[in-house]
Amino acid sequence: MRIAILLCVVTVGSVVFNFTTPFHFDAIGSNWNLIDITVYITFIICGVVFVVLGLLMAWWVYKFQYQEGKYAEYEPENAKLESQLTIITTIGVVVMLAPGLVAWNDYIRPPSDAYELEVFSEQWKWSYRLPGADGVFGAAHNKHIKLDNPFGMKRDDPYGDDDILIQGGTVKIPVGRPVKVLLRSKDVLHDFWVPAIRAKMDAVPGMVTYFWFEPIVEKVYEVLCAELCGRGHHIMRGWMHVVSLEEYGTWLNDQVTWAGMQAGQVPLSPEAQLGRQLASENGCFGCHSTDGTTTSGPTWLDIWGGTVELDDGTTRVRDEAYIRKSILDPHSEIVFGYSATMNPPDITEEELQSILDYIKVLKSEPEEPEIDDEAASLESSSEVDPTPSPTEEPATE
Amino acid sequence: MATVEVPYQETVPLHHPKTWIGKYIFSQDHKIIAVQYGVTAMAVGLVALILSEFMRIQIAFPGAMPFFTADHYYQAITMHGMIMVIYLLTAFLLGAFGNFCIPLMCGARDMVFPFVNMLSYWVYLLSVIILMISYFVPGGPTGAGWTLYPPQTILDGTPGADWGIATMLISLAVFIVAFTMGGLNYITTILQARTRGLTLMRMPLTVWGIFIATFLGLVAFPALFVSAVMMLLDNFLGTSFFMPAVVSLGQSLDYSGGQPLLFQHLFWFFGHPEVYIVALPAFGVISDLISVHARKNIFGYRMMVWAIVAIGALSLVVWAHHMYVAGMHPSFGFFFATTTLIIAVPTALKVYNWILTLWRANIRITVPMLFALAFVLTFIVGGITGLFLGNVIIDIPLSDTYFVVAHFHMVMGVSPIFAIFGGIYHWYPKLTGRMLNDTIGRLHFYITFIGTYAIYFPMHYLGFIGTPRRYYETALGGEVSDFYPAAAHDLNIFITCAALIVGISQVLFIYNLVYSYYHGKKAPANPWGANSLEWCTPETPPRHGNWEDRLPTVHRWAYDYGVPGEEKDHVPQTVPRRKAS
Repeated sequence: MRIAILLCVVTVGSVVFNFTTPFHFDAIGSNWNLIDITVYITFIICGVVFVVLGLLMAWWVYKFQYQEGKYAEYEPENAKLESQLTIITTIGVVVMLAPGLVAWNDYIRPPSDAYELEVFSEQWKWSYRLPGADGVFGAAHNKHIKLDNPFGMKRDDPYGDDDILIQGGTVKIPVGRPVKVLLRSKDVLHDFWVPAIRAKMDAVPGMVTYFWFEPIVEKVYEVLCAELCGRGHHIMRGWMHVVSLEEYGTWLNDQVTWAGMQAGQVPLSPEAQLGRQLASENGCFGCHSTDGTTTSGPTWLDIWGGTVELDDGTTRVRDEAYIRKSILDPHSEIVFGYSATMNPPDITEEELQSILDYIKVLKSEPEEPEIDDEAASLESSSEVDPTPSPTEEPATE
Repeated sequence: MATVEVPYQETVPLHHPKTWIGKYIFSQDHKIIAVQYGVTAMAVGLVALILSEFMRIQIAFPGAMPFFTADHYYQAITMHGMIMVIYLLTAFLLGAFGNFCIPLMCGARDMVFPFVNMLSYWVYLLSVIILMISYFVPGGPTGAGWTLYPPQTILDGTPGADWGIATMLISLAVFIVAFTMGGLNYITTILQARTRGLTLMRMPLTVWGIFIATFLGLVAFPALFVSAVMMLLDNFLGTSFFMPAVVSLGQSLDYSGGQPLLFQHLFWFFGHPEVYIVALPAFGVISDLISVHARKNIFGYRMMVWAIVAIGALSLVVWAHHMYVAGMHPSFGFFFATTTLIIAVPTALKVYNWILTLWRANIRITVPMLFALAFVLTFIVGGITGLFLGNVIIDIPLSDTYFVVAHFHMVMGVSPIFAIFGGIYHWYPKLTGRMLNDTIGRLHFYITFIGTYAIYFPMHYLGFIGTPRRYYETALGGEVSDFYPAAAHDLNIFITCAALIVGISQVLFIYNLVYSYYHGKKAPANPWGANSLEWCTPETPPRHGNWEDRLPTVHRWAYDYGVPGEEKDHVPQTVPRRKAS
């Protein structure tokens, strides 16, 4: 009796929990609706089976309780019933399996207009690589990895020079563009996992694996590692920003290429990026160039740490104090040949620091890499080379 | 009937041991060996249970145990998983139930090779000792997860990458030696030593389940054995079976060209049949418990037998459904998803037949029956969540999340444990001659059933929101991410509380086992009114050799309950069939 009630309560309670719990798939952030649909179909079929079986069991346990002297019905087999149940079960299984296989067929075939993004994983961080303007990844292999070659780029491969290397755990991808994610690992198994995207795949050292998806909403997602990768597995996080194509292009411009990295260039730090954005918002670029061009104000290129002649004839080292003063009190020390026309900006100390961080990294040496075409090449996807990734390690290499 | 007139073992004289040590320590009696297996498995299972409580406390209250570092956590998940799957479930269901049930249910005096049987236990004990030594070697036990995936298993970013993994692999290899000796015995005994009249299609389903499971074990365990050997070579001789060129924590290693996926295929070629090595004996035990305590024949016996055989065969071709996101060739997904969902059909039929057995039955709600009913319900939950994970595309978002953890704990954690509990409550009277205490048994059942359900049912939903498994901390530094809201953390606290209650309540069970052994009610020869041969022994508990000079003769299947026109509601297998008049 108690057990019959308990079985009933557990069955009904499970259903109630299912409908009242806040814990379900969160809003989907990719094209993989078919996955969700297959899950719902499976949920419905399995849910009905669960409820029917659970309640039947509870009911029969209650109904057919032991009575002294009573005999159970003697029916060893019922071929008809058993074959009916077999057929019904088979139909249920087919209904669940079919959409799953259709979706899987899509899952393993990235669309031809997908661009490629390599996720390079290691204990316990994420890095990323893009093929650059030529749309082709340079060859890479773990055996080439050195302190100054963190991605293991093969040095004499011309395809590799324009590859964009992104470190620091954060990647930005444009919304609405299918992306084929190629996965490499430097050491152990990892798994690039953003729950809202639904898709995932292991990164396996020694081979290149892949999956694809198309982000549909602009959002910042936390990237998790889903495959146990050692004592730091749980701290292996990163960020994936799904952004507009415009923001993507801007971001891309700040990244370094392999050629740039070899020349000692470092990517713009997040602080410097913020500084550039603030400079833009405050209208600094109306008078100050960042590429050496002369406009109504002095250029910012190469000024940090250099010397300058002022209009009173003295020479001044442009250290942090000078540049800080020139921003906050622009009329105090005027560079020779310019006039005092700048208004002091209304910015906080943190904002000023970010702008200083930005000015600090504006150096003409090493050369600015040519990566401006990357965003453009995404616009016309037909230019992206759909051939298999050359990152597959050739056996002869 | 074309069975052997004189059973093999009736002609072989039995050598009774003279000393106490020969009787109870280096015993060749299958019943003593069963107890030895059972006690050892339960002892090591307790270690795994305690480890799991540490893990749960860490998940719910991160930082509450400052001594419990990430290394300890990953070592705990590894040891917990391996102990539970191999050293508890496999050892208990085959080593304890197999040893106890096969000779008694087959009407044999003992296993066919009693000496090898004894060796099997002692080698198993050795494997357990080696495993426990893990905790005392430099670096502690391996923290690679119970799947031991290379390359991380033998790289320095993983705890226990030198000695811990060595003791683990050696222990597994030794266990497989023990299993092989036991397994050959089970198969030979079932095929060779059944008494007269006991055809294969009259065997109780417990024996069928153990028979097919043993067969699977003999096929599957060698794959684990070779992968253990190859990994030891990779680790200590620098070979590259599983190791590609890697840079570990800034250091370029000399490996190159090895295949991490090769290990995964070998491991799961063992690992999936392993699920059924555990499940099939549990299926058999549950079938027998339901039939006996529902006082009704098991519904569709032949279907049940063929379902066991079909599941056993299919279980050998579904292994890569554990590897959908592993990066294997994508086309494999179609094949393994299909085979995996096909296996659901015979499995579902078994569930239907258990439930149909209840229809118009005469159900005695005994403690074994309670566990059997709970088994069916948890197995339904674990089975249907298997349909989610087996369907390749659904596995993509759910793999490596708590949905998987919940699924396999339901289907091969809680369910087989219920079969073990049910089986112990069922056979304890025959084994010891005393009944287990009924009140404590019921209390143990209700706490365990409600508790485990409260642990694992909500856990599926943590998987839906994407909580990854094997995370020492989900919210880093106490910060909750949008995928892991504060409410999910509250749920984790609830689960941990349930886990602690269930864990502590197992004291009731152990107390019951010990107390009843000395003070329990004296058990009659056949307390449940069951038909199979173990209840027909001339003495309770059966003495060495089980039977009188003449082995019993079987005249019918084991499920003649409620036969119309019979005097009692059960007709034991030894009762001759009435001549048609």
